[in-house]
Order: sequence, then C-alpha cells, then structure tokens
Amino acid sequence: MTATGDTEAITLVLKRKPTVLMCPPDHYGIEYEINPWMDVKRGAVPELAQRQWARLRETIEALGAAVEIVGAVPHLPDLVFTANAGLVVGNTFVGSNFRHAVRQGESPVFDAWFAERGWNVVRPPADIYFEGAGDALFCGETLFFGYKFRSQPRGHAWLGELLGVEVLPVELADDRYYHLDTCFCPLDDSAAIIFPGAFDEYGLKAIRDRVPLLIEADATEAEAFCCNAVVIGRDVILNDISPRLADSLGGHGFRTHPLGLSEFIKSGGSAKCLTLRLDGEEAAAWAKD
Amino acid sequence: MTKQAAPHEQHRNHENRHPHPADGQARGPDAAGGRQHSELVEIRGHIIDSLLLPKVLDLVLNQGGRFDIEECRIGSRRVDPSVARIRVTAPDADTLGRILNSMIAQGATLPEAEAARFVPADIAGTFPEGFYATSNHPTQVNIGGKWVDVARQEMDVAIVLEDGQPQCMAMADVQVGMPVLVGYHGVRVKPVDRLTEPTGPSFGFMSSAVSSERPRAALIHEIAGHMRATRAAGKRVLLVGGPAIVHTGSGEYVARLIREGWITALFAGNALATHDIEQAIFGTSLGISVDKAQATEHGHEHHLRAINSVRRAGGIVPAVKSGLIGSGVMYECVRQGVPYLLTGSIRDDGPLPDVVTDMLVGQAKLRELVHDVGFCIIVATGLHGIATGNVLPSTVPVAVVDINPAIITKLHDRGTFQTIGMVTDVQAFLSGLADELAEAKA
Repeated sequence: MTATGDTEAITLVLKRKPTVLMCPPDHYGIEYEINPWMDVKRGAVPELAQRQWARLRETIEALGAAVEIVGAVPHLPDLVFTANAGLVVGNTFVGSNFRHAVRQGESPVFDAWFAERGWNVVRPPADIYFEGAGDALFCGETLFFGYKFRSQPRGHAWLGELLGVEVLPVELADDRYYHLDTCFCPLDDSAAIIFPGAFDEYGLKAIRDRVPLLIEADATEAEAFCCNAVVIGRDVILNDISPRLADSLGGHGFRTHPLGLSEFIKSGGSAKCLTLRLDGEEAAAWAKD
Repeated sequence: MTKQAAPHEQHRNHENRHPHPADGQARGPDAAGGRQHSELVEIRGHIIDSLLLPKVLDLVLNQGGRFDIEECRIGSRRVDPSVARIRVTAPDADTLGRILNSMIAQGATLPEAEAARFVPADIAGTFPEGFYATSNHPTQVNIGGKWVDVARQEMDVAIVLEDGQPQCMAMADVQVGMPVLVGYHGVRVKPVDRLTEPTGPSFGFMSSAVSSERPRAALIHEIAGHMRATRAAGKRVLLVGGPAIVHTGSGEYVARLIREGWITALFAGNALATHDIEQAIFGTSLGISVDKAQATEHGHEHHLRAINSVRRAGGIVPAVKSGLIGSGVMYECVRQGVPYLLTGSIRDDGPLPDVVTDMLVGQAKLRELVHDVGFCIIVATGLHGIATGNVLPSTVPVAVVDINPAIITKLHDRGTFQTIGMVTDVQAFLSGLADELAEAKA
C-alpha cells in the first residue's frame, strides 16, 4: 500500500479518529546488532514477520482505529519500528536524531512523510540524540523521557521548552530495555504498566509520584515485551501476556490481545514499536483536549 | 518534592550570585596544602520532580566531591523548567573529571567551558535581553578558548567587548551595536578571600558582624596598616566622607591625612565641602563655632555665604588660589593635587560650582576616580558610600566607619564584600588614625 493523499492523515487527526502509522516489513530483517536482542546469525523469518505484522494491523483496525502507511525502504530494516520516527504532539512532529548511524537514514523518510501531510516538522539540535515515541511517552500531562542508551537527557529540557509541557527524564538502567517503551506503557492518563527493574531508584520514584496506578510486570513478563503494547481505548495489544498480568489489567477494565510477534522481538521491538499513534496516545492528556 | 512546596525557592538568591569561600568553595590551598579543583556545572529542565537534581548531587558526594549550589531557579508552574548551577569541587583533577563525566551523562553542561556569547546592543542605554549581570568579583570571559580578565570590574552592570577586551559597562553608557555578553556560558567568577590584615595575623572581626564593642585602637591600627600597604603599592587611598566629619571638628585630621599623603582621593557631596569651606572662612560649621561649640550670630547664613563666595570666585581651585580658602580638607586637596569628586543631591544649597549634579556624569567620574584605588575608607556617609561600594571591585578592601551600625550592615549586605565595619564616633576614629599614621611616620 502506498501513502495516502496529502492532507488525509492530519485531517483524520483533526477528526480525532484513532490513527496509527505503520510500515510494512517488506525490507525488515536483522542486518546489524544495536541492542542485546539482535543477533544477525539468528535472523528473522520474513514470511512469519509479514503474517505477524498483518495480524497486528488487522487487530488495530478491528478495534476501530485507522492505519496509515509509510512505505518500506530497502536497507532501512528498522523503518518498520515507526514508534521511533519521532514524537507527535498535535500538529507538531518532532523528528528523531538516531544514535546509531544505521538508523539515521530513517529520519528523512519519516520527516518527509509528516511534512507532506501538513505536520509542522521540528528537528532536535544536531548534538542531541532523541528517538521519538520510543523514549518519550505521555501519561496524563507529563511527558516521561527515557534516556541513557538511546536518547540523551539534555533532550528533555529542549523538548519541554519546545512543547511547553512537563518532561520528566528517567534514566534507563538495563540495556535490554533500551527504550522507555520497552519497560513502561501508559494505559490512560493515570495508569501504566511498568517493569521496575529497568529503572534506577530516582526514575522509579519520579514515576511513582506522578502515575497513580502502576501495574507491575515481573522480569519474565518484561522479557516477553508485555510493556510494549498498543493501547486503543481499553484494548491492549501485545506480544504475549501472563495470566497474572492479564488478570491484573482486566481488574482495571483493560482487555488484552496477545498476538505473538516473535520475529520483531528478535530486533528488540514488539507491538508498540511497530506503531506510532498520530492522534495522540490514549494516555496523553493533550489528545483529550 | 512538589512544585507547590517550591515557591520559596523561586527567587534568585542574590547572595548566591556572589559566591565566596564561606560557601565552602575552596579556591585556595586546602588543609592538606594541595589545591582544590572545581568546575561550574549547569543542569536544567524538569530536574526537581524527576529527582535529577538530587541524583546529580548524590553523584558528586558518592564520588568524593563537594558541591555548592550557586543558583537554583525553580520553575513556578509545573511546565516551567528549573535551572541549577552547581559548583563542584574535588581534591584532585582525576576525581573531578570522573564526577563531571557522570554528571554530563545525566544531561549536565559545563557553562564555563563554552565560549561566551555576545549580542550587539539594539537600543542605546539598554542591554539586550538575557544580559549577564556582573558581580563585583574578578571575572574572566572565555573568548576564542582563552580566558580574558574583565577590565574595570564592578557589580550590577554588564560586560561589553571593546577591541577584543571585555570590560564592565553601565547600562546608560551602552551604545547601539556594542557587543554585550549574554547568558552565563563562558564566564568564570573568582571570589576573593575575606579580608585579612596585610602585614600580620588575620583579624577575625573583619569578616563578621558590626560591633561597637571592638577595641577601637586595634581597628585603627589595622586600617592604618592597609593605608601603608596601599601607599607602598602605589595605589590610592580613597576617603568617602560625610559632613559630620566637619560638624564633629574632625576636618583638621582629614586635612592632615591629606597633607601627609595618606588620603590620596576624596569623594563627597556638596555638604562636606561646603561646611569645610564655611569653617575655613568663618570658623563655623552650620553656624556653630567648631572651636567653642557655640552658635554664632547670623551663623546660619555662613554656609550660604561660603557657597556664594566660592561661586563668585568660579570654583574651589580659584578660591584656594585667591586666598579665600586658606585651610581645611578642600584646601589640602587643591594644594596636594589630590583628586576629588563632589556629587550633589536634591536638597543641596548652591551647590558649589565643583559639584556634579548630573548623576550619570557623577557615576562616570566616580568610576574614573576609583580606577587606581587600593583601599577605601567610608566615614559618616550613606549614599556616597553605597555608590562607591557599587563601583569598587571586591578586591579593594573597604573600611566603613559610622556611629550608625545600620549603614555598615547595609553596605555589607549590598555586596561590598571586604568590609571592615567600625561603629564609632567619627572624631575619635579620625584623630586616632591621624595619630597612628603620624607616629608611624616619626
């Protein structure tokens, strides 16, 4: 599928229809190793990746959300992880400055896609690494900002001044959870799934002080990428979920949809990494205004 | 910590703008005889509720360093960023380097290490927004990677670049296009040590609160020591005086100190000069006989008649040359070639022709006058003393002598840092000082 017409995407945003940006895994593969999950020798199975991705898309659409597509590009295998394209806040798109050279080619593709559809595209200062919605997640009015392995902490102050929002930097402590969205998943404006082991004591305390309901994942659940979930309304789409965590989420009114995304977990990404919410995440207070 | 708890921290702490060793920053040799290493670190953003600030402070302490928060500006609303400027000190360069690296990993920057930024003044008589406001401590600016001393250091002005040389400049003197330093980056402030006695053991009283209980003779001895050291160094001793010097009959001591070369610059108002000249012509001060302490007939007119005579003569210098003024403080200034500056106030009679009535001109002349001053004595005057404190760098020690302790406290609080405070009667101080220096001379 090709990209939609010029202003269709931002029109959808203005209509407040849940809209998700995805990139088909046509050129997906494990061509390099930039996190502990990646292993070029193991590789990903292309056909299986295609099926898993297609099912994710179908599930999202079945839950009433629209899917926008950015076309795959050869030699940009991780373009499929649209969460790292940048950060969307209203009609502003803050593009990413990828830390690793192998991903830096993605930025022009994403920036152009957003610019063509009417977004105001902003680039971070050249000397600050920032990896978009992989590391910047709203929960209520607060933007949580993960740093250390990918994004740099100075970016939080820059983002806060750009957007006029509170940005709380939290340091990531485990390189397997190199992006904030691998260990923290806001569900609505006052609840989130969290894997505490991925944070230091300061970051954990800052999150606990701000988010009233934290549903904790244990180490096994975190390794199954249950914190890397797509949230649409009260529906939570993820790779896999333990009965314990499913019960816990169910107790707070969330329905879970485990899909099996093994081929993408080989790259260190799962459901959330494969999507970018264009109209604002369910948990983002600004999207409800 | 919540933002609601923070507003009391919101204002910029003025005291903290002028860091000094009492904050715990060891600039000089430490107890072990080595040198401390320090660097200014800035961290900004939402550093309070994220606990980033306590985290970086813990990093300093856990790695064997110390810190002083020089400035902490807390955002008033939740979305507002905060800024902390932290002076980090470590016993050796390696430790400091490790600490700094760990702080940089948390997003901290080293503002001193960056090049200073200058912005051309856009409106005459104003600084650009965000200008760097000076302290009275010796300051250096990072220009092209080199640290350059700021000339004519003074507090509460800005720094401009003239022919590559940074120097202090008052707001009113700014012309369009002048490059003015903005922001804090590339600026290094070196606080001076508290005042120590120049020739002997240091005196604890000099650094602390004002008291009338201290031994006057010891204080006078110390002040005389500073005057000797200043003269030996080829610098000027500036007297800033009020009319009480004349009213109390102390004019003769000041005249003697000028005549003997101890006071080599004078800053005062219309009143000191007027009553000094009144005494020279009529022997009275505000109509009161200085010798007999009695009112004289029509004495209340004397100061007006004195002013009128000097105005008719065309100024103090012609009045001395014509013989109209034959003694006193102003007479000795003219005879000894001691530069003096008189600046007026709204209540002045006359004033004397020498009195500068344009305050901006007065400030500019005062800056010229203090240029090579090495020691300053402020006696029985408020506003002139504060004005002097404003333009003197913190490297120049100041003695403040007044019967009213509030004046001394006020000067000290305004940042005139190296202050010897002495609460005493003016006459007792000046006669004692004149004697002390005369004895030393003999």
